[in-house]
Amino acid sequence: MMFKEIFNQYHWDEVQESIYAKTSLDVEMALSSHRRTLEDFKALISPAAAPYLEEMAQLSHQLTQKRFGNTIQMYAPIYLSNVCTNFCTYCGFNFDNKIKRKTLAPDEISLEIAEIKKQGYNHILLVTGEAKQVVHIDYFKNAIEIIKPHFANISIEVQPLDQEEYEKLRQAGIYAVLVYQETYNQEKYPEYHPKGRKANFDYRLETPDRAGKAGIHKIGVGVLLGLEDWRTDSFFCALHLDYLQKKYWQTKYSVSFPRIRPAEGVLPPNVVVSDREMVQLICAYRLRYENVELSISTRESEQFRNNIIKLGVTSMSAGSKTNPGGYTLDTESLEQFAISDERSSRQMAEYISSINYEPVWKDWDKSFI
Amino acid sequence: MKNLKIAGKEFQSRLFLGTGKFGSPKLMEDAVLASGSELVTVALKRIDMETNTDGLLAHLQHPHINLLPNTSGARNAKEAIFAAQLAREALETNWLKLEIHPDPRYLMPDPVETLIACEGLARLGFVVLPYIHADPVLCKRLEDAGTAAVMPLGAPIGSNKGLRSIDFLEIIIEQSNVPVIVDAGIGSPSDAARAMEIGADAVLVNTAIAVGGNPVEMAIAFRLSVEAGRIAFEARLATTKRTAEASSPLTAFLG
Repeated sequence: MMFKEIFNQYHWDEVQESIYAKTSLDVEMALSSHRRTLEDFKALISPAAAPYLEEMAQLSHQLTQKRFGNTIQMYAPIYLSNVCTNFCTYCGFNFDNKIKRKTLAPDEISLEIAEIKKQGYNHILLVTGEAKQVVHIDYFKNAIEIIKPHFANISIEVQPLDQEEYEKLRQAGIYAVLVYQETYNQEKYPEYHPKGRKANFDYRLETPDRAGKAGIHKIGVGVLLGLEDWRTDSFFCALHLDYLQKKYWQTKYSVSFPRIRPAEGVLPPNVVVSDREMVQLICAYRLRYENVELSISTRESEQFRNNIIKLGVTSMSAGSKTNPGGYTLDTESLEQFAISDERSSRQMAEYISSINYEPVWKDWDKSFI
Repeated sequence: MKNLKIAGKEFQSRLFLGTGKFGSPKLMEDAVLASGSELVTVALKRIDMETNTDGLLAHLQHPHINLLPNTSGARNAKEAIFAAQLAREALETNWLKLEIHPDPRYLMPDPVETLIACEGLARLGFVVLPYIHADPVLCKRLEDAGTAAVMPLGAPIGSNKGLRSIDFLEIIIEQSNVPVIVDAGIGSPSDAARAMEIGADAVLVNTAIAVGGNPVEMAIAFRLSVEAGRIAFEARLATTKRTAEASSPLTAFLG
């Protein structure tokens, strides 16, 4: 059985209705529960939970501290290519967007990683657009070959691949695969992904299954906040996570919270997720999933990131460049999205230390791949 | 209080510490020093062996502190053995805390792979201290495989729930020919004292100290409680009675 079979048993509108029907009693029961269920998660992401935000934040802080200690894991993205044959309406790499396209050559990758390494990083995330002719499995393997000697932990956030390709990546040294469904609203999905390979909703939906079968160590899931009702989308993401945790029990999971940021040639977000709602969502995840890693990128502002450290987040990037070659080669080329927190990795680490947390640069060893 | 002996090495302190989850390496160092611990475990995956500028290790350079590298992150015996060899080379010690938890959620130890790895590592000359479930049969199997000690859990790791497995720990302690170190779940000094009172040879504590309000003070509290528990065990506790002494004993007729 794949996730699609479970997914098909739910209807977007009914789920949405049931979330909005949650009451303060449901929230209080969820808060006092010893082992929180998916229904509790619904209550915690519902509008009824808004008045309980401080209580949720306190609990989230305690649970995170217990499991992860006073630490924040640091990682840096490297954008290898912005060539893309998809037409995602919210993305700066959209095929229709007439921008300078760039795919890093081996010597360029070496230059970029040298700079990232200089910033202190040991965990790196490889990012590309989707362009099968340019960034394919052999390109990834080659990039990994170049990067592997210098980093303890390599993750990848690229187009969905086949199980066999994930197996190859794992053997080559990939630790984590990050793939976000963007939205679980199947009816609306084509509006955001009208053409290209990404238009295939089902293939994307079953990507974590393929990565899980391939024995990938960590799988990252998430929804793009700003497309559809974030509460309903997050329920489906949690449903996905529940399924994955039970089925691929040896795999670790992480959840990311990308909120749509302004980018060239893209529409403003369809729904706005406020800071309060964002905090509610992060805390709800922690209350339901005590052991899942929660990640925040530089899409968020300095002020928000500073304050979210104690609320449940466990990993962060800093000083990120979201354009290929952005660290050294072509610092002015077009980004996937404008970053909001402009601090360097050192500045971020100093801030983390100043609130008595330890920035962790290495928490994996290549010997385990 | 008697010294503890593991694989021929003597320890005055029966409190072992984990080094994760602290807010800074300096705080970790201060807590380790305050605890009086002579054996601290360090995850191989946290050590940056390439740059040789590892913050963690720099804070553990004290003559009385012995390092116990662990294989956290390994999902099977093969990975654990490979990691162990790297750790031995990097930290110049053949002591090893064997951790194999293929389940990344609750970090539950895999008994099958742990036994296989223990056999292999013992053959390679390692002093193996395996993290395991409180399973008395597994403990005996590990003894046969050449383990130097056993490290059964008191409760799920990081849970601070105390000695939930106490009935099994008592059986393990009763039967064991190697030191028994209660490894996970100890949440408060009273839990540690209790473990020592029932005859555990040592305890390993991390989360309860690292994320306590004041880790250094908490380390002192654990040091005292471990000593108190051990002294009480050696002094032999008065037995507890479930009933009051009967005023008309049933055996009075025997004169």
